[in-house]
Amino acid sequence: MRRAILVAIPVLGVAYLLQTAIIGRMMLLSGNADLILLILAAWGLQERSRGAWVWGIAAGLFAGLVSGIPWYIYLAGYLIVVGAARLLVKRIWQAPLLAMFAVTLIGTLEMLIMMYVYRTLFQVSLPFSGVFSQIILPSVLLNLLLAIPVHSLVRDLVDRVYPAEVMA
Amino acid sequence: MKASFPRSLQTVVIVLVSIGLVVLALGGYFNPVTNWASRLTVDVQTWVSSRYMALVDFLTVPRDVATLRQRNSELEAEVARLQTQVVELQQQVTETNILSALVDFARANPEYSYKAAAVIGRDPSPFLRYVIINIGSNEGVLPGMPVVTDKGLVGRVDAVIAEAARVELITDSASAVNVRMQASDTEALLIGSITGDLSLDMIPQDATVTVGDVVLTSGLGGTYPPNLLVGQVVSVRKLNYELFQQASIQPNVDFNQLQFILVITNFNPVNITPLIATPGP
Repeated sequence: MRRAILVAIPVLGVAYLLQTAIIGRMMLLSGNADLILLILAAWGLQERSRGAWVWGIAAGLFAGLVSGIPWYIYLAGYLIVVGAARLLVKRIWQAPLLAMFAVTLIGTLEMLIMMYVYRTLFQVSLPFSGVFSQIILPSVLLNLLLAIPVHSLVRDLVDRVYPAEVMA
Repeated sequence: MKASFPRSLQTVVIVLVSIGLVVLALGGYFNPVTNWASRLTVDVQTWVSSRYMALVDFLTVPRDVATLRQRNSELEAEVARLQTQVVELQQQVTETNILSALVDFARANPEYSYKAAAVIGRDPSPFLRYVIINIGSNEGVLPGMPVVTDKGLVGRVDAVIAEAARVELITDSASAVNVRMQASDTEALLIGSITGDLSLDMIPQDATVTVGDVVLTSGLGGTYPPNLLVGQVVSVRKLNYELFQQASIQPNVDFNQLQFILVITNFNPVNITPLIATPGP
């Protein structure tokens, strides 16, 4: 667990920097990719990884500190992503990329819908059709495009952090 | 033999033979022989020379290749270093131009105090049009302070920490700015959208709004100072059955390329929320 926390802080810190400085500027229509969500999904889908829930909490706090969306929305959203990943890793473990796509799709949709509901209820009313075509669909597409490389990188990271045990 | 050919006779014979040979040579009778001899000589010399040069190449070229490779790698490293330098200098020139324009703007509008800042990030949520800047409360930045560039209004400070601040752009869907058309002095409400487009609402039906009208802040509401440039009207929608006209605005500021901004630090926004009447029980 301690190792998971020690790895989570630099990885999520770098992911946060990349998200706000670079990926946040690379927009498709009005949507953009969520690198932190992808990293959480990929980490949660690795069987040998530990501390996925801690990663979810850290990621929620990281993003919530910066964004105009309250931290509890991010926290809840990222914990749902981790939950979905941990749920799927045991069911479709033979097809990790399929699981990654599924978690990315589910996570992106629930995250954006939560933000939409919060924004509509507490800040400004937004037309759902416009939000769907301008934000949700492009964001889902970008996240799915980035899902494979992020999954590969996180799998390598897990291999280094938790090396496979060799049977004597 | 010596006795039969006296020395003087030998000399005479040799001279005569020599003269004969010279005469024959001058007459061209020896050309085939001299051509053959010269060709043979040239061929031999060519062969010797080429073998010698091959030997010299064999002995010296490998060393030259190694030297050239080393030199080439040095030059490539130098080119890479210079290219990096060029990119850095171009970046500096761009930044200097932007900062120079900001200084010009500050000089042209001396009634305000400014703090320059760099845009270092964007809000991670695609629902929000916020940017993060690299100055905060340590530099005297407070929530509500207007943010501008030399091109016009950018937004206002939304949240502040010691070393950074978050700025809500006027293109954010929750943003609303009181503005006026410079030509007709008509007032309206500038609102953002999820796509980042700007539009004007609440334009009275009897107001004359034309494409190209310059839009400035009106100062109403106390959120922004008056007379800050916002943009120009690009289209007008007027329907007789609606209460107000609407218009689309082309902002002067390119919100996708924001690098440096100015925070107006001596403008105190007025919170008029307590003055807004709420429906009683």
